[in-house]
Amino acid sequence: MLLKKKDLITELKMFTINFGPQHPAAHGVLRLILELNGEIVVNATPHIGLLHRGTEKLIEYKTYLQALPYFDRLDYVSMMCQEHTYSLAVETLLQLKIPERAKYIRVIFAEITRILNHLLAIGCHAMDVGAMTPFMWAFEEREKLFEFYERVSGARMHAAYIRPGGVNMDIPLGFLDDLYIFCNQFILRVDEIEEMLTNNRIWKERLVDIGIVTSKSAIEWGFSGVMLRASGLSWDLRKSQPYEIYSNLDFNIPIGSTGDCYERYIIRVEEMRASISIILQAIFLIPDGLIKVDNYKIVTPSRCLLKNSMEAVIHHFKLVSEGFKVPAGETYAATEAPKGEFGVYLISNGSEKPYRCKIKAPGFAHLQALNDMTKGHMIADVVTIIGTQDIVFGEIDR
Amino acid sequence: MNSLSNLKSNLAKIVPVFSELSVYNEKILIVPNNLLLISLECLKNHFVYQYNLLSCISGVDLITSTYRFSVVYDLLSLVYNVRIRIKVFVDAVTPVFSICSVYKCADWWEREVWDMFGIYFENHPDLRRILTDYGFEGYPLRKNFPLSGFVEVRYDEVYKRVITEPVVLTQEYRTFKFTLPW
Repeated sequence: MLLKKKDLITELKMFTINFGPQHPAAHGVLRLILELNGEIVVNATPHIGLLHRGTEKLIEYKTYLQALPYFDRLDYVSMMCQEHTYSLAVETLLQLKIPERAKYIRVIFAEITRILNHLLAIGCHAMDVGAMTPFMWAFEEREKLFEFYERVSGARMHAAYIRPGGVNMDIPLGFLDDLYIFCNQFILRVDEIEEMLTNNRIWKERLVDIGIVTSKSAIEWGFSGVMLRASGLSWDLRKSQPYEIYSNLDFNIPIGSTGDCYERYIIRVEEMRASISIILQAIFLIPDGLIKVDNYKIVTPSRCLLKNSMEAVIHHFKLVSEGFKVPAGETYAATEAPKGEFGVYLISNGSEKPYRCKIKAPGFAHLQALNDMTKGHMIADVVTIIGTQDIVFGEIDR
Repeated sequence: MNSLSNLKSNLAKIVPVFSELSVYNEKILIVPNNLLLISLECLKNHFVYQYNLLSCISGVDLITSTYRFSVVYDLLSLVYNVRIRIKVFVDAVTPVFSICSVYKCADWWEREVWDMFGIYFENHPDLRRILTDYGFEGYPLRKNFPLSGFVEVRYDEVYKRVITEPVVLTQEYRTFKFTLPW
């Protein structure tokens, strides 16, 4: 039997693979349906919601104070930034002015959180791409930062420290000294991580010109934070719509030009340096004074007062059982969380529970553009792009 | 600030609005549902507004009012550094126009509102559920949806798969009323 040549040619069709939800490079529980043409990605459809816990629904059934810890658990690598946004929203509705010292403490912790987040982002990104060592180094530093969390709140991660009306407790004695020591040695650690990666040939080959987002499409996709800045847009809520005491501080916001993964990595590194400079400035400027508003209808009285005053005990009891009433109204508070603009749209109907609390997660908008960013890239680049987007499913699925 | 106040007074002339109000220095526009697309296009492309970035879309269930739902669009102008909130009110059966043609990123936000509230978006390219489980029924963020839901899932040793069962609570969820009983 003679074989015809046309029978020998096999035609390669597109095939579909399922990426995740248990893939280690999927940063949690991302399920991606990838349509591949050989190794080229033709279509990537993210399936999200595998970590949906109904946070927004739960918050509607809790008092304003009870709702706060849910915010730690949204983006579980930038905990305090989210408490911060929520607290700002509640304070807008209550028309509260919080003491200066509390503002400084909040900023210090917001920046500590930014470093925590970027360390994880860079470390895990490097590990996804194949560099194991920076991940280990980053986690050592994160451990030190968790200690600072622990010293003020007692919890390593889910602190519930920044609360409506200020912060929960004053920072302990010697805290700022230790933070100062940490800052000085941390600069060196950043340099070390950079030495491993920035000029590394493999790292550059994997990142440069991968997942380019132009400034136009970055706006169209509703990007924020690092994703927006890497595309050459100078936009940082700490500068453009300053909250707390950011307007008193002098810091730089790094801006990219090409909008590729490498640029975003560089910006994250630079932002860590900027955060260190903010923390150092705040350490020198922090005033003495109250750490929460002097109104026991809204914040719990101090432990010391609770031991000595009957009235304080009554206030405490009313606050933890009934909660405080918030005047009817609505507000959208947004802060520059490490991943981008984290927003809380809070509606109050005058009761002690939020009527509606919509959480605007930056990652949600970023992940939406994944299909656009990965189209035409190799399958290995999908991992790079997921890493550069700094996806955390706690906030996307809510 | 001067340009901002000018902008405010001119807004109603250009964009078709029901009413415009300002709460805590945040500007809110209430727009009729059928003119939503035109208003947003105006706000996005008009030179003096340039609200080019859509921050998010939220649904709100106003169970007691005539128009049961409101859909809220938070816009941001990177050029003028201002935010604006656009609101549309609909009842439970009227669809809202999808704004995907104006803002590309509205896609997932609208899917989320559809998933959580069951507000239908007309002309949406791909209106599927997004956050809830495959095969989920009901709209969880509606006020008449119970907190514990209707069904729960567990892994069944006999069937060797995850099965869905009606929720059985040993104790009902208690809402405490704090008005004094005497």
